[in-house]
Amino acid sequence: MKAPLSWIKDFVEIPDEISTDEIVKGLVKVGFEVEDVISTGLDLSGPIIVAKVLSIEELSGHKKPIRFVQIDCGGSQSRYVICGARNFSEGDLVVAALPGSILPGDFAITSRETYGKISDGMICSAKELAMSDNHEGIIVLPPGPASIGDNAIELLQLKDEIFDIAVNPDRGYALSIRGLARELAGALNLTFVDPINETLKRQKEYQGGGLKDDQKFEARITTGADLLHIRRIENLNLQAMTPLWLSRRLEKSGMRSISLAVDITNYIMLELGQPLHAFDSEKVKKFIEVRAARKGEVLQTLDKVERNLDTSNLVIADASGPLALAGTMGGFSSEVSGSTGSILIEAAHFHPIAIARNSRSHKLSTEASRRFERGVDSSLPEIASLRAAFLLIDLADGDLKSSSFIGEAEPNFQFTVSHLAINQLIGYSYSVDQCKDALDKIGAKYQITGDEISITTPSWRPDLKNINDIAEEIARINGYELIPMKVAYGKEPMSSPDLKSGALRLRRKKQISEFLAAKGFSESANYPFTSDDFIRSLGFTGDRAKTFKLANPISEEFPVLRTHILQSLLPTVIRNLNRGAKNVALFEMGSVFRNTINLTGGPILSTGARPKKEDIERVLNSVPHQPLMVAGVIAGSVEAAGWWGKGRSGDWLDAIFFAEEIVKLCGSEVGKVASDFAPWHPGRCAELQVAGRAVAHAGELHPKVIELLELPARSVAFAVLIDAINPGEIIQPSPLATMPPGIQDIALIVDNSVAAAELESALIEGAGPYLEKIELFDRYDKIGEGKISLAYTLTFRAPDRTLKAEEIADFRSAAVSLASKRYGAVLREG
Amino acid sequence: MSQLPEIVSRIKNAINSATTLEDLRSQKSTIVGDKSELAKISQGLGQLDAAERARLGKAVGQARGEIAELFEKRYSELERARDLRVIDEERVDVTLPTHRHPSGGLHPLTLINNEIAEIFTAIGYQTVEGPELEAAWLNFDALNIPADHPARTMQDTFFIDPLESNLVLRTHTSPSQIRTMLSHQPPIYVICPGRTYRSDELDATHTPVFSQVEGLVIDRGISMSHLKGTLDFFAKEMFGAEVVTRLRPSFFPFTEPSAEVDIFFNGRWIEWGGCGMVNPEVLKTCGVDSNEFSGFAFGMGLERTLMVRHNISDIREIVEGDLRFSKKFGMGGR
Repeated sequence: MKAPLSWIKDFVEIPDEISTDEIVKGLVKVGFEVEDVISTGLDLSGPIIVAKVLSIEELSGHKKPIRFVQIDCGGSQSRYVICGARNFSEGDLVVAALPGSILPGDFAITSRETYGKISDGMICSAKELAMSDNHEGIIVLPPGPASIGDNAIELLQLKDEIFDIAVNPDRGYALSIRGLARELAGALNLTFVDPINETLKRQKEYQGGGLKDDQKFEARITTGADLLHIRRIENLNLQAMTPLWLSRRLEKSGMRSISLAVDITNYIMLELGQPLHAFDSEKVKKFIEVRAARKGEVLQTLDKVERNLDTSNLVIADASGPLALAGTMGGFSSEVSGSTGSILIEAAHFHPIAIARNSRSHKLSTEASRRFERGVDSSLPEIASLRAAFLLIDLADGDLKSSSFIGEAEPNFQFTVSHLAINQLIGYSYSVDQCKDALDKIGAKYQITGDEISITTPSWRPDLKNINDIAEEIARINGYELIPMKVAYGKEPMSSPDLKSGALRLRRKKQISEFLAAKGFSESANYPFTSDDFIRSLGFTGDRAKTFKLANPISEEFPVLRTHILQSLLPTVIRNLNRGAKNVALFEMGSVFRNTINLTGGPILSTGARPKKEDIERVLNSVPHQPLMVAGVIAGSVEAAGWWGKGRSGDWLDAIFFAEEIVKLCGSEVGKVASDFAPWHPGRCAELQVAGRAVAHAGELHPKVIELLELPARSVAFAVLIDAINPGEIIQPSPLATMPPGIQDIALIVDNSVAAAELESALIEGAGPYLEKIELFDRYDKIGEGKISLAYTLTFRAPDRTLKAEEIADFRSAAVSLASKRYGAVLREG
Repeated sequence: MSQLPEIVSRIKNAINSATTLEDLRSQKSTIVGDKSELAKISQGLGQLDAAERARLGKAVGQARGEIAELFEKRYSELERARDLRVIDEERVDVTLPTHRHPSGGLHPLTLINNEIAEIFTAIGYQTVEGPELEAAWLNFDALNIPADHPARTMQDTFFIDPLESNLVLRTHTSPSQIRTMLSHQPPIYVICPGRTYRSDELDATHTPVFSQVEGLVIDRGISMSHLKGTLDFFAKEMFGAEVVTRLRPSFFPFTEPSAEVDIFFNGRWIEWGGCGMVNPEVLKTCGVDSNEFSGFAFGMGLERTLMVRHNISDIREIVEGDLRFSKKFGMGGR
């Protein structure tokens, strides 16, 4: 909300010695963030006056047309000034800065010779006076409110400071000069005068003359509001224009001047916080009603948009149909125009939720809807509508013909709180006086009896409902800086299976990320947004490609959530390569999203009491499991080339190694089989298993993927589903054997289709319990005929004795014969 | 045996004139071994008469001793010289680049998460995480943000299609508060770090995906002074002992009273996060008796914390995944 200080000062007397900085600090202290202070015209000085154009002489022969203008400044003699603008005629009232005056930017006006003439001052544009950015021509004043010789600095309120204040959603009352003035007065201990006082006073004087129910314009409410006031003002002077003091305040508050009636409603909205609407009463039939829109109704709003209404919309309607989208925007058909001589002012207290729905369903957030959504003072419709009527009487000679209303202002809310409980909640012992002071400043009524504070909340504070609300008011008005500081230490830890598995997950995250970083990977944290096309182009299918679509993605390029980390990590690898990185080893750890459950639709439960156990379960079960995955990519070398010699490119072995290490780090033994999963090379991908369940894939990326993404040839990747790995059993190491080992080398010839891991299992099984270690030390694939040779070192050891040579030979042949039996392995001689 | 002095002198000369270890070693047998001249004299002593034998034996023994000593001395001299030469020859330039094994790095968000977990573990808090794709009821309603409440529009939410799924990408880590309170009895002392989402366009200061850490304490006798003190402790751990904190009144639907916490860091006030006393409405929904228990909650953005602490001016550096960025932080930098 933009609030001119000059306007606030109408209701708070601020001594001159209080600086702008102190005002800002005061507002911030009580919870109003001042986003900006805009100073206008503070460095400007007169004489700047209203002048009348007497004659215009067009000067030709210059680069642009120039006028030599004779103006009447109210003195005995007229003056002549040079002017480049052309938007004025003889007889117009303009603003003239006379020699001696200083315009913003330290621009001193002097009498000077230019274009061969003496220019004795300057006719000003709005920009030159720091009123706005408008530099399209000079200011031409409306004739009514200004006269020759007037001090334009005062008339146009050129010197001001405008506070741009962020107002939190619970403080609808502060979207008004009235509310902000009250808060500022409270913060700085100044006296506040309520702007409604004047209208209340005048209402008393006025009563008995014209305030009667009007049969012609009955006020009706069927839903969505609890109070509606209608004022009919007739016989308006069609020539009446918005006075400068009013239009200037609107401008400073960020609104445009439109017409007198509309300007008055906007002015009152800014001043009091009550949005009003003016209808052309000639265009309203029989009555004004607040009701739900009917199916199929259409309304053209003031922004010329045809809006299809549904029954959740609230409208203002007459006998012929909707006139306005209630509390949001007026309708085009009943708009007040320059020829409107009779006006209906509508002021309502709408239900905030109804207006929020109107605003949301039509994506239309207006000054009015923002206020109604946040709650407007329910005592205001009567006063604000009357103030509008008075202004129309004063400024356009109108007659208040009738007032009608329906409904009642909400009674003020009453409740009792404990003083001690407030002090306990805040952790500070507020005195009774401190409590009273705060309650006075917010305008609450109260009675204090011992520990009990009985409070009647003010009509503009529907947000005050319980002890915490009151505690906040007392704490903020007295200043949060009073509150002492104590650290809250946890003493009794919580315990649950969820916490336990959560702790395991955290520990794994830390260990895995530190392991990978230590091994030369850099971590990235990418957005989980991707596209179906990208998922498919990487080769993902079936459940691994089932994703969640965002209803409102930021970009149509990335409308879905990743089902696999590589979908977000690979583009980042590309980005790094494109930025000139030669060797990229990146990893990412995060959630993946697989839409493999039926989206049943999580329930929206009621609040304010703990829901039933089964309802809580339904909510929790509506949230899909989002497994934690870590993935890494190596594009380029794992050992760098350098002055020392060649480097070594990362290959499928590296990828599988890292995946295996991660699974082992999670505490599990790993099994390995060949896999053809995307996005890997179907002949160079391992599936890692824990207890027969796939937990990871690793290997070389699919050549098509490499081609598509323009990755370096033979780039590799791994991905581990961390949550799928059960923690292993507690490790119970057997005693370390110290007897001398027996070592045997064997070389086996097998078909090249035999998996090394399977052959190794057979050897281990065949070798028996004294096999301590088995190592593949050579693999030879040049034998031909689809055969390969695998050479192993077997290490045997018994815990308690030295094994005999014959024993060891037996173990060895048992190992070979099992391998031979299962896989046709033949011992390679010599 | 009048040649003895001459022999000794010749041998000593040979020892002293050996210039390399190999040279000396090759003469060893003729100088000190069983086949040396002096050894031969010793072996011939038996043929002499007793007096002569004793005299000559003593002289030869003495000479052999001297020579052996000289040999050892010369040997170790030459050995030392050889060692020095070898070492010198093997000398390398140890200042040469060594990065054969590339160094990696953790993302600063991971580092700061670890750091925060350590800070709070030390004062008895547990860490809990929650899902990023979250039930709307937990993200909004249970936190006292009903449908159509203007506070919902404060948070530009990503909704999942179809809307009837009532799933959203969580707009804050606060649903973890609800999950914790629904499943555990107080006292509760937890932090909830995690990723959060709001449909802002990416620019220098906004990102649609960001990280928060939430703190929640529910216990008997918890007051706003605990909130203030705990945040001050947290800020000093994060930004240094000289940092100053202040609370400023604010609004969040799930806390009342509510505040923004600001820090005075590097000569200016910086908005750090939001906080407040847990709203009794939220406690009621979670089945926590607000007459017995009270609590506080706070939440701050981690990207923002990093930007402030490390003087990072563009949030895109944090989110773009450029490995040069993580590498600056290495394994444990701050």
